[in-house]
Amino acid sequence: MTTATISADSPLAQQMFRSFRARRMVSFAVPGVILLYLTYAFFAFDVPGLAARARMDNAIILLSDFWSHKTHVTRDNRSGKITVAIEGEGKGTYAPGTYPDWVSIDGDVTTVDLGDGYIVTYDALGARMIVPGYGLIDIKPVGGKLVLDAPQPIPAWISVSDNKVGVTTDAGRFNYSRSKVETFKYEAGWELFFFTLDSPFHGKGFFELAGMAIAGDRVDPAQSNLAYMASEVWNNKMWRHRDVMWAIFETILMAFLGTMGAAIVALPLGFMAASNFMPLSPLRFALRRVFDFIRGVDGLIWTIILSRAFGPGPMTGALAILITDAGTFGKTFSEALENIDEKQVEGVRSTGANALQRARLGVIPQVTPILLSQILYYLESNTRSATVIGAIVGGGIGLLLTQAITTQKDWEEVAYYMVLIVLMVMIMDSLSGWLRRRLIKGDGGGH
Amino acid sequence: MADIAMAQTGGKPPTLHNATEAYLAMNRRKRMYGGILLLMFIVLMASGWRISEERNAGDFLPGVSQLLDFPSEVLSEAWTNRANLPGYFIEFFPSLIETINIAAVSTLVGALIAAFLSLLASRGIARWPRMIPVFRRIMDALRAIPEIVIALVLIYVLGGGPVPAVIAIAFHTGGALGKLFSEVGENADLKPIEGLSSVGATWGQKMWLGVIPQVAPNWLSYTLLRFEINVRASAILGFVGEGGIGHDLKLAMQWGQGRYDQVVAIFLLLFITIVIIDRISDHYRAKIVKGN
Repeated sequence: MTTATISADSPLAQQMFRSFRARRMVSFAVPGVILLYLTYAFFAFDVPGLAARARMDNAIILLSDFWSHKTHVTRDNRSGKITVAIEGEGKGTYAPGTYPDWVSIDGDVTTVDLGDGYIVTYDALGARMIVPGYGLIDIKPVGGKLVLDAPQPIPAWISVSDNKVGVTTDAGRFNYSRSKVETFKYEAGWELFFFTLDSPFHGKGFFELAGMAIAGDRVDPAQSNLAYMASEVWNNKMWRHRDVMWAIFETILMAFLGTMGAAIVALPLGFMAASNFMPLSPLRFALRRVFDFIRGVDGLIWTIILSRAFGPGPMTGALAILITDAGTFGKTFSEALENIDEKQVEGVRSTGANALQRARLGVIPQVTPILLSQILYYLESNTRSATVIGAIVGGGIGLLLTQAITTQKDWEEVAYYMVLIVLMVMIMDSLSGWLRRRLIKGDGGGH
Repeated sequence: MADIAMAQTGGKPPTLHNATEAYLAMNRRKRMYGGILLLMFIVLMASGWRISEERNAGDFLPGVSQLLDFPSEVLSEAWTNRANLPGYFIEFFPSLIETINIAAVSTLVGALIAAFLSLLASRGIARWPRMIPVFRRIMDALRAIPEIVIALVLIYVLGGGPVPAVIAIAFHTGGALGKLFSEVGENADLKPIEGLSSVGATWGQKMWLGVIPQVAPNWLSYTLLRFEINVRASAILGFVGEGGIGHDLKLAMQWGQGRYDQVVAIFLLLFITIVIIDRISDHYRAKIVKGN
């Protein structure tokens, strides 16, 4: 018995070799091309110059603001007036005489205890800061200039010019300029998150508050303590919980109205653009081009056009989502309608049903799961888009977020909004997943 | 198929003689649930639109009549200056390329992140099966953070330029594609992996030789779809933040009258690009999936 061997130069073998070579080429060429492109992009985006542009000090401010707050102790050098304010905001200013215990005022002399032995003193002569392990930093204004007296050499964490001296330490920052002297003390937590300084509930612990809510005497005779607390939190001037919650609601509203509105508009159009329902092919063709046009113009441009006509607000955002998604839904709905099983429609037709009845009983039940699943998928993705659209049209949480970021100082608010946005998106995600499972039988997880 | 699942919670299974009655009762119940749902939906929609109109700066009806004012103003000005358009096309072409580059790089990087995460998060092929929920949550978190949040924060830290946008879109893409990729991965045939295990392949080899060839067409198709989405996202991020043609559009818009010819040039560039990319990606996706 002879074994059938295929010689290396038979046509089949040659073909195999060629195919292997081609595959090997592809498996090396594709990563190679990707790598080349990324290298090009690396230089086109000026990544090497990024290190120079990157502001790591900004990153540090941002990170520390995310979990802490700072209190400013400011003296106006002309009037000698002392202000103690959380984040330096008017809304967070301590009333005179109610300063935190690390600030003490005795006549002209103000002492700020930053902890760990760091002590700042303002007095009539100027100001000085004691830094443990380094020494005394003394600043006096002399003839319109600032004179610094500190142990030599001056370290890098002290910045000196004729008009300004800045000291940055782990315990806090200290700035002296001709007009004012400021000390920043950093403390963990988001201060005044529940109650602002002017609230009667400020500075009370959880159990004390719970006790007041249940059994305490009424702080405000007109309402119960619990209601008063709720309204104090809701109307918090520093964190503006009421506005923020409205903004979140507006964002969800934009997504909901836009998506559902788009689906309602797109359903009849989808029928008209499906070849098995619309015998007139020119109309069908025209509609498809309209869908393509709407999708091509893109949400950004629709948003701009609409915000010119309707002004900023959630309705503009909802309409922008509606128009953009009407194009997408029109396309996908008509495709779903073209892929239906004609047998069911035949069956309904055989009972003498007219076109509308055929659509209602033969078509709609078939496509509903597909359409619903698509609509819900878009609802959750539009919750994210609504954040961005809100930033453009000026509504919802997107607006608050961009405002907070462009002011570049209230990073704790940015962190708060980010947490809320992520929570909102996650809740909408699971809600739409739950609805999909509930409403659509046999949908094994969906998208 | 499309029945509301709640309607199934019937009582006892019907016996033969009361089947008609039971069917009719079920039908009535279904209709009632459907009607209630429809009513709720209508109330929600109507009150939603009312609230949103109240909180909007402009009302709906006056707005509709003004809807075409802005486009016609823009178009008429651009029409009188139509001779400038070709020049603007050339002027803004580099920013368009930047926008596309942002989308392409972030899609590539995002797809790599997604591929890696999805292999670790798919049942049957994961490296550490116990860690699957962890990697899934990572993907969820990446998906949940909108691009604009990351982009704006990074602009503050990294300064302007395209890199913040790339990172932002790549993160989001990683999460979004990761979910789709892992769905494909879970449906992969496990036999090639068993075969590879029997010859002593490492996990990396099993993935590279046993899984990737199976899932590549579908992954590629999703990646192309994502590229389409990311081109749009990168234009929008340019408008809100920095970089690319979106930024040019914002500058031209802020200038307002007198630069509407630029606005139209950018609109057109963006429109043509999006349509072309849509077409190419549609074509290749159809081909890839059919070839599968």
